[in-house]
Amino acid sequence: MRLDVVLRVGVKLIIPFMLLFGLYVQLHGDYGPGGGFQAGVIVAGALIVYALIFGLDEAQRVVPRRLVEFLVPLGVLIYAGTGAFALLNGHNFLDYSVLAAHAPAGRERGILLVEAGVLVTVSSTMIALFYAFSERGR
Amino acid sequence: MGAVQNFFDHYNYIATIVLMVAGLYIVIARGNMIKKLIGLMLFQTSVYLLYIAPGKIIGGTPPVLDPNFTVYSNPLPHVLILTAIVVGVATIALGLAIVSRIHEAYGTIEEDEIFAREEQE
Amino acid sequence: MLLTLLVIVTIAIVRMRSLFGVIALSGVYSFLMASVLMVYDAVDVAMTEAAVGAGVSTVLLLAALHLTKAREYPQPRPAAIPLLVAVVVGVALIWATYDLPAFGIADAPIHKHVAPHYLQNAIQETLVGNVVSAVLADYRGFDTFGEVIVVFTAGIGVMLLLKGRRQGRDGREGDAR
Repeated sequence: MRLDVVLRVGVKLIIPFMLLFGLYVQLHGDYGPGGGFQAGVIVAGALIVYALIFGLDEAQRVVPRRLVEFLVPLGVLIYAGTGAFALLNGHNFLDYSVLAAHAPAGRERGILLVEAGVLVTVSSTMIALFYAFSERGR
Repeated sequence: MGAVQNFFDHYNYIATIVLMVAGLYIVIARGNMIKKLIGLMLFQTSVYLLYIAPGKIIGGTPPVLDPNFTVYSNPLPHVLILTAIVVGVATIALGLAIVSRIHEAYGTIEEDEIFAREEQE
Repeated sequence: MLLTLLVIVTIAIVRMRSLFGVIALSGVYSFLMASVLMVYDAVDVAMTEAAVGAGVSTVLLLAALHLTKAREYPQPRPAAIPLLVAVVVGVALIWATYDLPAFGIADAPIHKHVAPHYLQNAIQETLVGNVVSAVLADYRGFDTFGEVIVVFTAGIGVMLLLKGRRQGRDGREGDAR
């Protein structure tokens, strides 16, 4: 592993751009192709590349597995919480019109929140899958 | 000429069916469990194609609204398949986890060898 | 044509015996699939397929290969019956596809029902220009919620299966593993 200088330097260069691209895909998903599912996989991919090159321990110092296990249900809770918030305000489950004064603006905000929930769950699940398999292999 | 025209009109569906049948064949005929899961993946992706292909309109653009375009392909299959892909990889991972537990219990992932060991007992 | 290339890769996957090669080919297959989806105007789906199919699932397959230490499987047994089943199913399905509307025409039934509503009203109703995102998170939010729960459940399942100490089945010791 010590000899992979090209890979180690190259990966260090690429990872910030991968993360930035993930963020772009997430936030620009309203106006171009993209959204929570794609961004989640890209963010997870950045960490998986890091773990492949620098080893699992280094990756777990960046993102500990406790954090991952906390994030997996958190994303589902963000999604469900958005729905429940509408429910508590007298609308249907997942009816986002209540989130702002005007219905369309509220729905845009709701989409953003829900996509954030999807991002958190998908990325942390992918990382958790990778951790589970590679920890078993040691 | 009608038959040839008909063939090319449906060529994408025929190719999709070939992929699907190849996946089915792998699942039935191969005993190795990882290979079986890859066959399942082939089957799954062919279903994606089968959903997406009817949504395409020749001359249409991707369904990202823009004042310069009027004809868009159908967004509904895209939504359904987008989520299905991510769910697909999660379920394949679950299958792989089960396979590696089977390997720990039996020392093999060949179906025949597992059946043989079960019968010995 | 890309689809023909996909079919060729698929035949290679069916015939190849080295599992490592099969996994590499499945990465190739996923990228080709992403290109085909791109041609079909499904840009969101193509992006997901490229990231998931060629990235994450290849890594997971390789990890499982490492765990099971399988490299190659023995010569498959004669497979006349599966081949027969596959061919019969394939012919029946191809016969059925001839009743589908021709590829790419604009007045197929699929384009008549809810899709025009989404395309015409999404921008006023949600201020979101990408109709796929609008439908995904708003019009069909409940559906997506179910999908997120499936991903969550699969993640929990894998963690439960693979976490903890490695052990054989009860009463079996001495197996080299």
